[in-house]
Amino acid sequence: MERKLYEKIVMNHKPKERRLRNAIVSFIVGGLVGVLGEFLLELYSYYLNISSSDAAVFMMVTLIFLASLFTALGFFDKLVNKARCGLIVPITGFAHSMTSAAIEFRREGFVTGLGANIFKLAGTVILYGIVSAYIFGIIRYFLLGGI
Amino acid sequence: MIYLYSFLFAGTICLIGQIILDNTKLTPGHITSLFVVIGASLDIFNIYDKIVQCIGGGALVPITSFGHLLTHGAMARAANNGFIGIAMGMFDFTASGITSAIFFAFIFSLFFKPKD
Repeated sequence: MERKLYEKIVMNHKPKERRLRNAIVSFIVGGLVGVLGEFLLELYSYYLNISSSDAAVFMMVTLIFLASLFTALGFFDKLVNKARCGLIVPITGFAHSMTSAAIEFRREGFVTGLGANIFKLAGTVILYGIVSAYIFGIIRYFLLGGI
Repeated sequence: MIYLYSFLFAGTICLIGQIILDNTKLTPGHITSLFVVIGASLDIFNIYDKIVQCIGGGALVPITSFGHLLTHGAMARAANNGFIGIAMGMFDFTASGITSAIFFAFIFSLFFKPKD
């Protein structure tokens, strides 16, 4: 009984998440990151005269570099808090989680802090990416014969 | 026109993630893992390759393309080297992203202090 009352009081004082606003902001920010990616892709393939698959590598490295730099400078955290999934779901979120973990845990030492914790947040993406890609690769290998 | 497609595709993926984040108890870690698995599964029948061909850069930016590139690299090697190629080529296309993310994270952690 007391527990229910307590939960009710907590629910009343919880800050109301503005779901519609969050959804619109993340849609627009995520879309702009996508447009930036396409713009960089065309820029690199035009000016460096390389194939679009090579330009895609340049584009991803650029986005990762920018996200890491902005995280290190300190204002990317505020942007992520505002735009949420708009910056977490693109590749920028991967770089952000890695850089913020690296900067945060460096004070605990280079091996036990930085080395042990750099994959703390990004590790799940790599783990489940590899496990699922391995399983789907096996499935595809036997279905299509490794084409 | 390709910019509009990029905007709509990347925005829609982020919108789906935000809706899941707001209406369930899943954390951003769950959502990115989920999208990577979805991206990897879409490469079984080359569906994601067709999306990339239609949409261009916008489809390569969300984390779903990370899973797609993992499977894609594995299958590209498996075509030449047989079954063991799945393990050999897993990182062929994503190596640049992972390597640069680790490298930049390390370098920036040397020069910048956490802001509290």
